[in-house]
Amino acid sequence: MSRILLRTETILFVTIVVLTAVISIINPVFFTIGSLFDLLRSSIVLGIFAMGVLLVIISGGIDVSFAAIAVFASYSTVRILGIVMPEAPLWIAFAVSAVIGLGLGMINAFFISKFKLPPLIVTLGTLSMFRGFLLFAIGNKIIRDIPPSMPAFARTWLVEVGMEAGVSRLHPAVLITAAVAIFVWLILDFTMLGRGIYALGGSRESAERAGFNISRIQYFIYGTVGVFAGIAGLIYASLNRQANPQELVGTELNVIAAVVLGGASLTGGRGTVIGTILGVALVVLMNNSLVLVGIPSTWQRVAVGVIILIGTGLPALQAKRKSRQIARVAES
Amino acid sequence: MADEMIRLTHIDKASAGVKALQDVSLTIERGKIHCLVGENGCGKSTLIKIIAGVYPRDAGEIVIGGKEFAHLHPIEAIRQGIQVIYQDFSLFPNLTVAENIALNEELADGRKWVSWGSVRRVAEDALAQIDVKLPLNDRVEDMSVANKQLIAISKALRQNAQLIIMDEPTSALTEREVRALFDVIHKLRARGIAFLFVSHKLNEVLEISETIMVMRNGRVVSVGDRKEYNHARLAMEMTGHSVGEKAYVFTPDKRQPPLLRVEGMHAAGALHDISFELYRGEIVGVTGLLGSGRTELALALYGMLPISSGQIYIDDKPASIRSIQSAIDHGIGYVPEDRLTEGLFLEQSIGRNVVVRVIDQLRGAFGLTDPKLVDEQIDTWVGSLRIKTSDPSLPVKTLSGGNQQRVVLAKWLASKPKLMILNGPTVGVDIGSKGELHDMIKELAQQGMGILVISDDIPELLQTCNRILLMRRGRIEAEIDPQATNEDQLATKLVED
Repeated sequence: MSRILLRTETILFVTIVVLTAVISIINPVFFTIGSLFDLLRSSIVLGIFAMGVLLVIISGGIDVSFAAIAVFASYSTVRILGIVMPEAPLWIAFAVSAVIGLGLGMINAFFISKFKLPPLIVTLGTLSMFRGFLLFAIGNKIIRDIPPSMPAFARTWLVEVGMEAGVSRLHPAVLITAAVAIFVWLILDFTMLGRGIYALGGSRESAERAGFNISRIQYFIYGTVGVFAGIAGLIYASLNRQANPQELVGTELNVIAAVVLGGASLTGGRGTVIGTILGVALVVLMNNSLVLVGIPSTWQRVAVGVIILIGTGLPALQAKRKSRQIARVAES
Repeated sequence: MADEMIRLTHIDKASAGVKALQDVSLTIERGKIHCLVGENGCGKSTLIKIIAGVYPRDAGEIVIGGKEFAHLHPIEAIRQGIQVIYQDFSLFPNLTVAENIALNEELADGRKWVSWGSVRRVAEDALAQIDVKLPLNDRVEDMSVANKQLIAISKALRQNAQLIIMDEPTSALTEREVRALFDVIHKLRARGIAFLFVSHKLNEVLEISETIMVMRNGRVVSVGDRKEYNHARLAMEMTGHSVGEKAYVFTPDKRQPPLLRVEGMHAAGALHDISFELYRGEIVGVTGLLGSGRTELALALYGMLPISSGQIYIDDKPASIRSIQSAIDHGIGYVPEDRLTEGLFLEQSIGRNVVVRVIDQLRGAFGLTDPKLVDEQIDTWVGSLRIKTSDPSLPVKTLSGGNQQRVVLAKWLASKPKLMILNGPTVGVDIGSKGELHDMIKELAQQGMGILVISDDIPELLQTCNRILLMRRGRIEAEIDPQATNEDQLATKLVED
């Protein structure tokens, strides 16, 4: 029983519930379906990014280039379609963006697996490279004239709820985020590939000896991050009804923070989809709702930082206590 | 020989221009326990890797189960039933016990989807084969070393192991865990599984093996039946010269006050009513099983474990040792058991490690560290402790275990302690360096230092100490005169309850 109580997921869940309750008491306006829809909408892009980052972090790697990939893929897609096929249906836009994202993710995978370079260095490098190339060679202006299927997508809704101040709508893109999360969960928990990702993060040498194809796993991971980034980037551009090459880059740390808060260990081998979802929820809740209780937006960053320190510090303390217990058991 | 499992003949292997193996031949029969002994760098590891197919050989023949293999790939070796259990066990600390046992098999079956039911069945079945019960859903990182080893063995069994090669399997095990491991080995042996046991713990080699092969400098020195060997012959053949260590006989001058006197020392749950004396020039051994309080005694004397009652006297003056700093101020030095994590800065140079404790005293003009004084100090200690290195500015991790231990010693000796506490001074050190380290400890005692050696290495205790304190459940159970006992008697006393 105490095991379940001490799990990161449980602690996170309780924190979210308590935080929601506190915000609702201070500002009763918060506790409505409308706020929930807003929070879900804010989680769409962050959630997709986080699922990609979860894969990378479990494998013991890191990727800081995904936001650059997202903006590169979506902006290029808009440019290309604008020239080649202005009336392209939505699915083509998604496909093009995902393929571009895949290509860029493969570049990361190539350097990481072929030259065995540290993923942080590689993705820091490609972050600059992708962004620079985008601004220099593809375009640096905001494009408002995007394929009409994209703003049309932004106007759709899944559920509509009547409120005092008009209607609140839930955007169907949350289904894409949900599908991505389910996909990652299936991969991680039910395929040998997923177990290979955990194995790689636990001990690379043992994974090699066991016969896992490390390079193939890495291509899968960084390629998938690229695809997810391409999809997330396109959703982002659609919802904003424009393609802005200056956007998204800078949100990497929020995403990584959400994943780490969700219990994934930066040293690899650990992390769950449920934890990540809760981590994303907490970060989104803090970023969007603290302002409702009178905390100025500049202080939100401090609050997020404090939560991250506590969130990562607690498991470390637990691990310490546990190892001391093992030592005691071994001696007795 | 109908029952031959593997035969290697005239194996040669050179790496980086050095002949790592020369004309090595080895035959292992099914259901036999074969031991491979030799000092570090004698070619043991290279030979294991050739058998496992990790390294290609330059010349020679490998026949497994009557079939010759011109090129042995690791996958092929595994298919032929060869399983190597490396010192790190090749386990995944973040995965559960069950998954660690079953993962290789699932992978080898070419599965794409994980069946958690079959993972559990495989693990249960594998552990049942060696009559062991472990919590299947616990993570491996929460297991003790001994249990990790059992997990590695059951994993090997599931892959249809015919020959299990174990590289230094007992180096991190307690006496009782070694017994349990040997039981498992005997059980499997009876089922026809062969073992190649690589070790430098000679007592264990003599106990478990049926045939022994000694290697030195890449060559086979001798092969034979266990009965033809004894401790002295093994030591001689491994090092190439006889290592007859002389016991340390010393009678302290009891008219002088003792260097250290402990009276009625208690520490909650760890130490009870500890009283003893230690005179200058003495080497006192402290032994006992893991958990007997031997390490706690050292920690209490070094200020790392608070004592609830009792008194420590240094040079007949009451000393209150409440912190490491106060222990150091009283002239006490402590060399921990795990030198890699507690005693050394592995990435730093040998020289810096040697002077780290005395850097304050090596100041020149303006209070800055004087590089000349530092170099002098380094040269003195590297020289007098015979640390084998081409250049003291190389990182400590480039040294062998024995030489690393010398650096730890040098670090402490540089600060000129009155009392040195050595916890497991030769753990993981090969037999040649072991003798030299023992000589060094004796020399230090002869110069007037008091030394407390905490160890469960029985020959070591008998050869270096002039008295031995036997601990059990936090108490000093007996004081033993090494001259009046032998290895067997002491070993029996150590384990009896």
